[in-house]
Formats: sequence, C-alpha cells, structure tokens
Amino acid sequence: MKSSSWKSTLPLLAGLAALGVWSLPAEAQTPKKGGILKFVVPDEPPSSDGHRETTFALAHPWAPFYSLLIRIDPEDKAAQAIVCDLCTEMPKPTDGGKTYTFKIRPGVKFHDGSALTAKDVHASFQRIVFPQQGVSSARKAQFSMVESISAPDDQTVVFKLKHPSGAFLPAVANPFNWIYAKAILDKDQHWFEKNVMGSGPFIFETHQAGALVKGKRNPDYHFAGKPYLDGFEAIFAKTQTLRVQAIRGDQAAAEFRGFPPKSRDDLVAALGKDVTVQESDWNCVLLVTPNSKKKPFDDVRVRRALTLAVDRWGGSKDLSKIAIVKAVGGVVFPGHPLAAKKEELEKLAGYWPDINRSRAEAKKLLKEAGVPDLKFTLSNRGVDQPYTIVGTWLIDQWKQVGVTVEQKVEATGPFYASLNAGNFDVTTDFNCQAVVNPLSDTSKFLPTDGAQYGKFEDPELIKLYEAMNKTGDEAEQKKLMRAYEKRVLDDQAYNHITLWWYRIIPHRTYMKGWNITPSHYLNQDLSVVWIDK
Amino acid sequence: MLRYVIKRLLLMIPTLLGAALLVFLLMRLIPGDVCVLRLATGGGSMDATVIKNCRIELGLDQPYLVQFLVFLKGLATFDFGNSMWTGRPIVGEIGLRFQLSLQVAIMATLTAILIAIPLGTISAVKQNTWIDYVVRAFSIAGVAVPSFWLGILIILGILIISKAWFGTPWMPPIKYVPLWQDPWYNLSMLIWPALATGYRYSAVATRMTRSAMLEVLREDYVRTARAKGVFRKLIVRRHALRNALLPVITIIGIEFAFLMGGLVVTEQVFNLNGLGKLFVESISNHDYNMTQALVMLVVAIFALTNLVVDIIYAWLDPRIRYA
Repeated sequence: MKSSSWKSTLPLLAGLAALGVWSLPAEAQTPKKGGILKFVVPDEPPSSDGHRETTFALAHPWAPFYSLLIRIDPEDKAAQAIVCDLCTEMPKPTDGGKTYTFKIRPGVKFHDGSALTAKDVHASFQRIVFPQQGVSSARKAQFSMVESISAPDDQTVVFKLKHPSGAFLPAVANPFNWIYAKAILDKDQHWFEKNVMGSGPFIFETHQAGALVKGKRNPDYHFAGKPYLDGFEAIFAKTQTLRVQAIRGDQAAAEFRGFPPKSRDDLVAALGKDVTVQESDWNCVLLVTPNSKKKPFDDVRVRRALTLAVDRWGGSKDLSKIAIVKAVGGVVFPGHPLAAKKEELEKLAGYWPDINRSRAEAKKLLKEAGVPDLKFTLSNRGVDQPYTIVGTWLIDQWKQVGVTVEQKVEATGPFYASLNAGNFDVTTDFNCQAVVNPLSDTSKFLPTDGAQYGKFEDPELIKLYEAMNKTGDEAEQKKLMRAYEKRVLDDQAYNHITLWWYRIIPHRTYMKGWNITPSHYLNQDLSVVWIDK
Repeated sequence: MLRYVIKRLLLMIPTLLGAALLVFLLMRLIPGDVCVLRLATGGGSMDATVIKNCRIELGLDQPYLVQFLVFLKGLATFDFGNSMWTGRPIVGEIGLRFQLSLQVAIMATLTAILIAIPLGTISAVKQNTWIDYVVRAFSIAGVAVPSFWLGILIILGILIISKAWFGTPWMPPIKYVPLWQDPWYNLSMLIWPALATGYRYSAVATRMTRSAMLEVLREDYVRTARAKGVFRKLIVRRHALRNALLPVITIIGIEFAFLMGGLVVTEQVFNLNGLGKLFVESISNHDYNMTQALVMLVVAIFALTNLVVDIIYAWLDPRIRYA
C-alpha cells in the first residue's frame, strides 16, 4: 500500500521538480484557528478593482475579500491544478469544446448578507470580457475566444466560445477575476474601484491609504472551517530594507512578492529556525527589445548579433547569486510541457553551448551589417531588481563583441513614455503572468500586443500564434510553439529573453499553510494560511 | 499688528498664484502619463481605447488652459478634486497624512529646541573650552550625518540590542496609530524618526545659537550689565539669549515648514505614511492633481510659518513693531 501511494506521487514530484518549485517539506500539522497575520506589501495599487488592475500590490491585500469562479488549487505547489471556488464541479466542455457550463454553489453569501448567484458571476465576467464604454478591463484580450456569456438560471453560467481553446480555463482562473455583486454593478460600474464587497474568506475592515488594509474572518465563508486566521493586516512598505527588517523584528510575518538572495541570507542568519524559506522559478521574465523601426536595429543581423553575444548559461550561475533571476528559458515558462528542452534551446541564437562560437558569429553579423563598432543606448527601468542589475550585466556581454552601450535608467513613468513613443534604441521589458498558460502568456511577443514595444509587423508570426491557439492537439501545439519561439528569438530576434526570474520568500516560521507558486499573483486569498504561535 | 497680519495674508494670494502656475507647467513638462503608468507597471497589455477613456475621465484631453482654470477653481474653493491615481478625494488623502507629518514635525522641532538652545548657549559661554569643542563636534556631526542614514542605524541598533538583551529582535512599529488612541504605541513608532531628524535639525540650530550668542555677548549692553554687577546667569538668560534667539527662530521656522513636506527619505526608512512620501508617489505616478495640491499646501505652510516667525520677532524684541 505504502509502495503504491509512493509510486502514485512520483509523477507529481517529478512535475514539481520540472517546474522548479522548491520549498521546505510541509509539516503535517492540524491548522490552528485564530491570530492576525501581518504582512508587508511593497506597493499600493491605484484602485481596488481587480478587473482593472494588473499589479500584485492589489492582489496581496485585496484578494482575500473575493471569490473566483474557478481558481488555482491553493494547495497545489505547481500552481497547475484548476479547481472550483464558486462552482460545484469543473465543467467538461461540450459542443466540440466550444461550450462550458458552470454550476454555481448554492448558499454562497456576499459579505453584506445577500445571496451570490449565477447572475453575479455573469455580470462580473460580462464586465471583464465585454466591458461597457468607459470601463477598463485589463484582461479583456485574454478572452478573445469567448463569443457570449449567459446565466439561464440562478445556478448556471454558460460560456460559449468561438473556437475550442486551451487558454480558456486558465484565463477564467486568473486570480484577478473577482466576482462582484450584480446589484452594485447595475448601479455603478466604477463602485469597486474605491469600495470592497466580496464573498471571500475575509471581510473588508479598513483601508488607510498609504498605510494598510485590514480584513477580518468571514464566518459564512463557503468552505466550511476556513479561513483559519481571525484576520490580517497588509502593511504598505516601499523600501526593501524596511520590509526585510520588519520580518526580522517581527512587525510582519512575510512579504509575498520576493526578495533577492542577499536578503534571504541576512534573514536566515539573523533568525535561524524562526524563518522558513520557500523558493520557486517565477513566471516572470526580463526581455530585451530592439526598436525594429530604428536603424540599425531594423536589420535582423544586428538584432541577432545582440542576442548571440549574451551568455545566458554563464549569466544564470553568476546573476542568481545577486539578483532575482535564475532559469535559462525560451518564450515559455521553463519546465512547462510546452517549454523548450535544453537541447532545443541550444539550437537557438543566444543559447548555443559554445559562447565563443556564438560571439564570433555575432561579430561577423555586425560586420556584415556595416556596424562592427555599434554604439547604442539601452533604456532601462529604474528598478534595481532585476532591471538595473541585469542591464549592467548585458552591457558587459555586448562589450565582448565590440558593442559600446550606454545605460539610460529612468523612473517608471518616463521609461514607459519613451517606449510608447518609440524613443529608444534597445530597451528592457518584462512579461509577468499569473496562471502558467503559455498559449496566452506568449501573446506578449505578438506585434499586435499593446505591450510589445519592438514596433515590428509580422503576419507570419500572428498566423503561427493563432494556429497554436486553435489546435487541440498537444504535439501540434508543441511544434507550433517551437516555430513561434524560433521566429521571435532567433530568425527575426524581435525580442531577446534574458533570464527568467526566481522567487524567494523568506517568512516567519509560525506562518503555516502558505505555499509558494510560480506567480506572485496567485494563492493570496489566505484561506488556508494559519498561525502556529 | 492686526493690519499687518491681514496685509501679509493678502500678500499670500499672489505668492500662491505664482506657485500654482509654476507647478502646473512643471508637472506637464515631465514625460509620462498616469493612464499608461497604471497599466504598464503591472505588465498588462495596454489597450489604446482604455488609455483614451482614462484620459477623458481624468480631464487630460482638455486644453491646458481649461485644466489650469479647473485647478485655480479648486484652489479657490479648497476642493482639489480626486487623485488621478487612486480616484479618492485629495483633501481626504492629505488629511490622513497631515496629522502624522505634523506630529513628527512638532516632535522633531521640540527635540531640536531642547538640544540646540542649551548646547548652543553653553558652547558660546564656554567658548574655546573642551565643552565648546565637544558641542561643536556634536553639531558638525549632526549636519554631516544624513538623517535617513541615522534612521537606518537606529533601526539596526534597536534590532541588535533587543536581540542581545531580550533574545528576540524588536523593531519600532511600522503602522501608525494616532496619539489619542494608543499613546505608547504611537510614541514607540514616532520617537525614532523625531530623534533622527531632530538631531540634524538641532545641529543647525545649535551652531546658529552659538554664533548669535557670541555676537550678543560682545554687545555693549551686555558689558554694561556685567559692569553693573548683574549675575552672569541673569545676563545670559534675560539679556543675551533673548536677543540671540531671533536668527535661531528663523532657522527653526524654516526647518519646521520643510519637515512638513520634506521628510521624504526618513519617512521611507521608518515607513511613515506622511506628506513627503505622498509627494514623491504623486510625482512618480504623474498624479497632477495631488502634486499640485501638495505644492500649494507646502507653499501655504511656508508663508504662514514666516508670518508666525515675524510675529515671534516682535514678541521677543520689543523694538520691532509692525504696521
């Protein structure tokens, strides 16, 4: 019996290892009830509307107030398993994969005591997928496959798709797709930008702008016995040093975005067994994007030379000691079944195992393009981790092939203003996503994506992406993904992947039940977190 | 005096108008857009329609002249509208931080006065003795050491000492509770930034007190008092210090006004949700409405503080009369 249960967990363990999710083994303890969890949040969001915002700074303090239709299993460390939150069971698609029918849990209540029905779920997704004029929906583009949403009765929500899509369920499970009350939305579509009323594990108490958000336990939460905590306090603290010291001085139990290795080491040295460290590969990547509209970066030879000059395999070893980056990967989150294997990556420009050969090719290409002594400015965002650190490393990499680069570091506002106006030679950029869903995550590399700054046009690339999203065949998807990746990173070198981020969460050991995931947006409703004091 | 005060208050109007025009123009010279920033910083796709709608919603599609007139109307009615970043009323957002900033400014000022005036006076009276040298070294160190660095040292020191003495590291609270709700908690949070900023503040004031005292102690009327056999303590306290305080009051006034909005880094170090932090955030978020309101508040604080300093002059020195 023991042997068979061990064998049955092997694939799961292998999956976790493949996804790079590492942490200390969870202790088999019975959760204790009570206590207030205090944690620090590095930033504060512009509004409290999950449908509008895209920042973790909203997810960490506000997610505990809301429920989702479906969600990533909070106890699945790989953050892959999608389970019901408000639905009764995961739907099986019908109509050739084009219809999804969700049954809504009966008896769920909003925090004001009103009943949550399918009408509320319908109104919320209608706002996300088909927002009214003047309503911002940050994830509308992820639902391009949805044709219509309906709620034929109080317990049923039906999504009809234009075509079958593997990206649909992960898009629905996005942790920002909070379910709002239809009655409120009918009166004011903007109400949730400044107010809170959900059906999640915690009831909103207060938000002191610039200071903190407080929540208390929802006694009517639809998962019996949860949450375990009496409440939580999310304290905004902008400086990293202060957040580290807050954990050290026990003013906070954790920070859920991620610290660099040095901060982890400092905390471990200061607190010993009172601190637990969880680490994971991160579904975030730092990119380099040449401005394809500007000379000489309109020449593919120059773009390829720039990626060929970068030693990712060596950089991973060195940079992972000082920055929040680690894994070498292509366009897909490393370890995912759709990601390139090492031998596949090694065939792409910039990933060759022999860096000397790669750099010799880079020099040759620059000479052929007529710019052997290329000089340009790298636009970079004024954020240390990992932007300026990786930016400085890149300058050294390019220097190896005779390219002289000046780094222009700007505050976030002017940085994005330059990118949008196309006033840059080469820039850094990032792609951070919630649910690991390469079919949707890789849309960032499309010329049509609102956050693609490469300023190129490529109908062939769009065709590849659409074909990849329409096919249900996994082998075909993989093949198309490899072709898409090769076109983006090698053949055209529109964007260059530097290194994937690495998430390090040192937290007070008394905080239990929280599992790290590859995304800092996920698993933040705190329903399974408890305090062991 | 009343006429003088009214005249000074009226003179504040052109000052405020000039500042309003300046801040309005300067904010629009900084590249960047609050709407783009909202979407970009989260890494999401940016839909051009969403950005356009956002700009319409915030009134950024209006001509500059219209935007300026709206700002002036808000200034006249003390209603600056809503923050472009959070959408919440600006008056409320500022009010929330004002009491914390005011308390820190008052505590730092008291710290500075309690240190600077006795030390500056002793240093002048004991000129060129070891006491004078110690005080001068102490005050030069205060000018040289940035208060944020001192703040970091204070936090680290508390963490290390508390661990050594009690076995577990302790650090000052990082969330604000008003003084009347929990005085102990409030003071255990704010005493440290008040000390860090008060020290630098006191260093400037100590040096000013010392030099002003040295000058006054050489005046004829002090020599006359001495010749008349007045006790030395009385001469220092009643005749010299009172006159020497005039430039010191000016420095204290300017520093107080500065502390209300300028404690940017110290606020970050101690996680104080004050006006300085709000200032920096509103500029980096391109929140024109908030930045404009804050600049106007700081200008008003400076103008009012100067007025108060001038009134204190008259109280300290009966020779000064305003008409």
